[in-house]
Amino acid sequence: MAAKPKLAVFKFASCDGCQLSLLDAEDELLAVADAVEIAYFLEARTRTLEGPYDVGLVEGSITTAHDAERIRRIRDQCQFLVTIGACATSGGIQSLRNWADVNEFISQVYAHPEYIKTLATSTPVADHVIVDFELRGCPINKHQLVELVAALLQGRKPRVPRYSVCIDCKRKHVVCVAVAQGVACLGPVTQAGCGVICPAYHRECFGCFGPKEQPNLASLLGHYANRGADAVQLVRLTRNFNGYAPEFREASDDLETAAALGNTPDAPS
Amino acid sequence: MSMGAPTATRSMDVAGPWTPRTARIANVKQEAPGIATYELVFEEERRAASYRFAPGQFNMLYLPGMGEAAISISSDPEKYGSFLHTVRVAGNVTQALSRKSAGDQILVRGPFGSAWPVEKCRGGDVVIACGGVGLAPLRPAIYQIINHRAQYGRVFLLYGARTPNDLLYADEYDAWRAAGIEVVITVDLGASEWTGHIGVVPVLFYRLRLNAPQTHVLTCGPEIMIRFVVFEALARKVKREQIHLSMERNMNCAMGFCGHCQLGPTFVCKDGPVFTYAQMEPYLHLEDL
Amino acid sequence: MSATNLPVGSFVRIAKPELQTLIDQLRAMGYRTIGPRLSQGAVIYDDVDSVEQLPRGWVDQQDGGFYRLQPQEDGAYFDYVVGPHSLKNFLFPPRETLLQLSREQDQWRLHAPAPPDPPLAVLGARACDLRALWVQDLVFVEVEFVDPAYQARRSNLFVAAVNCRRAAATCFCHSMKTGPAVVSGFDLALTEQDDHFVIETGSERGGEAVAACPWTPCTISEIEAARRAPRELERAMHQRAPRERQDLHKGPPLRSLDVTDLRELLLNNLEHPRWESVAQRCLACANCTMVCPTCFCSTVDEVTDLTGDQVRRERSWASCFTAEHSYMNSGTVRKSVRSRYRQWLTHKLATWIDQFGVSGCVGCGRCITWCPVGIDLTEEIAALRGTMP
Repeated sequence: MAAKPKLAVFKFASCDGCQLSLLDAEDELLAVADAVEIAYFLEARTRTLEGPYDVGLVEGSITTAHDAERIRRIRDQCQFLVTIGACATSGGIQSLRNWADVNEFISQVYAHPEYIKTLATSTPVADHVIVDFELRGCPINKHQLVELVAALLQGRKPRVPRYSVCIDCKRKHVVCVAVAQGVACLGPVTQAGCGVICPAYHRECFGCFGPKEQPNLASLLGHYANRGADAVQLVRLTRNFNGYAPEFREASDDLETAAALGNTPDAPS
Repeated sequence: MSMGAPTATRSMDVAGPWTPRTARIANVKQEAPGIATYELVFEEERRAASYRFAPGQFNMLYLPGMGEAAISISSDPEKYGSFLHTVRVAGNVTQALSRKSAGDQILVRGPFGSAWPVEKCRGGDVVIACGGVGLAPLRPAIYQIINHRAQYGRVFLLYGARTPNDLLYADEYDAWRAAGIEVVITVDLGASEWTGHIGVVPVLFYRLRLNAPQTHVLTCGPEIMIRFVVFEALARKVKREQIHLSMERNMNCAMGFCGHCQLGPTFVCKDGPVFTYAQMEPYLHLEDL
Repeated sequence: MSATNLPVGSFVRIAKPELQTLIDQLRAMGYRTIGPRLSQGAVIYDDVDSVEQLPRGWVDQQDGGFYRLQPQEDGAYFDYVVGPHSLKNFLFPPRETLLQLSREQDQWRLHAPAPPDPPLAVLGARACDLRALWVQDLVFVEVEFVDPAYQARRSNLFVAAVNCRRAAATCFCHSMKTGPAVVSGFDLALTEQDDHFVIETGSERGGEAVAACPWTPCTISEIEAARRAPRELERAMHQRAPRERQDLHKGPPLRSLDVTDLRELLLNNLEHPRWESVAQRCLACANCTMVCPTCFCSTVDEVTDLTGDQVRRERSWASCFTAEHSYMNSGTVRKSVRSRYRQWLTHKLATWIDQFGVSGCVGCGRCITWCPVGIDLTEEIAALRGTMP
């Protein structure tokens, strides 16, 4: 067998939860460690190997000028670059700053704001370099991560569906919370993959896996508004872990514009 | 209650229709860039000897872990013991197949689907019009016609590929001509040494003087080419029932269970892939159907 | 009471608490007993071994994108109508292993799928459920290829059906001529009355099951009363006014579907502007296809370990609303949501007839209720007919 592929894991602005998902893949972790050379993964081992790497997993969003430069160097070092999680893929919860004044945040949070150097925005990795594959989620799902590694080892495309959370709810016999409880749930516009954790606990989907293929937020949010959800609540729901993903971003911006004009958003008739 | 597709060999497996059979790759022949022909032999001797298919039918080739791919059979249906698949690298399965070589194992379910009406064409003229790898599912029909050449009138093969390098089975054209097939080849892009036709396949119809009532047209290739071949055939008064086309759709189970390959009221996997234009007419000209 | 079996076509009455004896007997006969239960705010099908688990005294209110349970004082066991589950969830389960393979020294070994599940007995299936079961039989069994796993589960299935006394606003079985009366395809058919059930035996094993309960023969008037219940409901459903003449301030629209030349209506209107209008509302989330008791689309996926030496072929429910459903290496055939909704509705109501000789719709209304934005196929058909704006 050829030399083991070299795997590197990099961190940007993030909570480390996605890296933990990799460490949390208990049963599979040993097999992964067997199958690949873990060359750079500071959260798991202190030993690091020089690049280039066959596969780079990137966690976190780009929030500083230094980040923006470092991700380019990493791109050059990695043959196959995968973003893991909502931060790296769509900017993460910290992209809420993109709708606010970051200097105001800094002055409120830090005793010495003058030491803080940051960009005004939190942006996805794909805004800076070419990304070969995205693993969605806040955090990512360990089964999808293992599937990704298996696919890379076996020389095939990873099987990561782009369809809605609803399909997995129905396959797991989970009753629809939107229909049976009347709560505003993002499942119908969100990509499957989480294992329907929230609906299984009778909670709405918060969109952790980002927009599904061809999502129709205008219709869904318009319907919730018609059933009594207010615009502020819907903006908060949509502007979440994946709030800066283009389809979610457009939807929450449209809601705000409509609310500012005093209109209730309407479902298309 | 299918649309009455041409009947063909249907085989029910005692082990259940989902169970593939193991086969060995006996030989791999590189045909063109990204295209190779695999000769397969079932490992179980009795099965290898008894396996039959009709021209135009397909097998599900299975590489465990990679998945299944529906690939038409491209060998002589009257030669037994082994069978051929000409495969273009396109997705997971075909990519993985391209890394295989003689002696490797592969799993097979089949044959499935409807067949070219080669028997029905007897006594008449036949125009075979195809493009790219669309020649692969028609080669069994060509072989079968040649095996019984005296029973057919004029037989034309109109075949086109992107470049001369992309032409399939180029080493066989002379033998086919010698056997009484009028072979006309065209390419989209010529090369300095190319002396043949340049242009698309449907244009080759202008060379033909057809006796429409007794002519059958068999066509396979990109859907856009099929539409223009149909157009040219109809313009020459070939009957809708005598134009036969092989359709491509996503085939996942090959048995009409999975629903992926539906086209109008048909399951392309079991009612097709070979249909008459009369069957397909309402559905062939609609976007996104 | 008798120790011998009741012949097919018998009508007997049992006191309501004796339903427990019936469940016990079915379990004694080796069945896994499935029935209605309250769960997650709905009536779903799940394992039932005690009458205490049945949703006694609960009824459902349904409308487009809306389902709520309400208590009802008379304490009836079966006056809820249909929930999000159907028999499909058990006979054609959402995930199923078709084949397992393992590789040793470049040789693949095939392993048979797990042994068949214990036979199922379902309590509480409705006329529309039975019809849907038959429609799926036509897909998986009554064709040239037979799906062995479906067939194994189906041939051992025991159905204790229930005649509906109530319809939801989303029900339109009267239009599809699939209910509400249970007429065939059952082992037992129950009709609930104030203090007893009238049970009709539809098979020998049905007779065997009910013979174990303390039963008494029905009087003619009891049989007539039992037969009258669903017939009266059917008559009331046929008397529903056209939607444009219903007062929608008083409650949800009561659905009907005009099935006159429905196949031709759809196939002659494949380019109707209404498809674009419904695509504006449709989420392509696939809920309608998942809850539909006849939708049979599936995908077989390879599930592998890291090395690829262990492989499972797993079949899961799939939907024509996803891009991958019509994906070929040359591209996705049905790229737009417009074309996917059109595929679903024309297949369900029109080309299904070409394929299997019957409509794919049983009028259960699940696709209306469980659509998150309440898209209503009866309304879409009315719009295609030009009888609705």
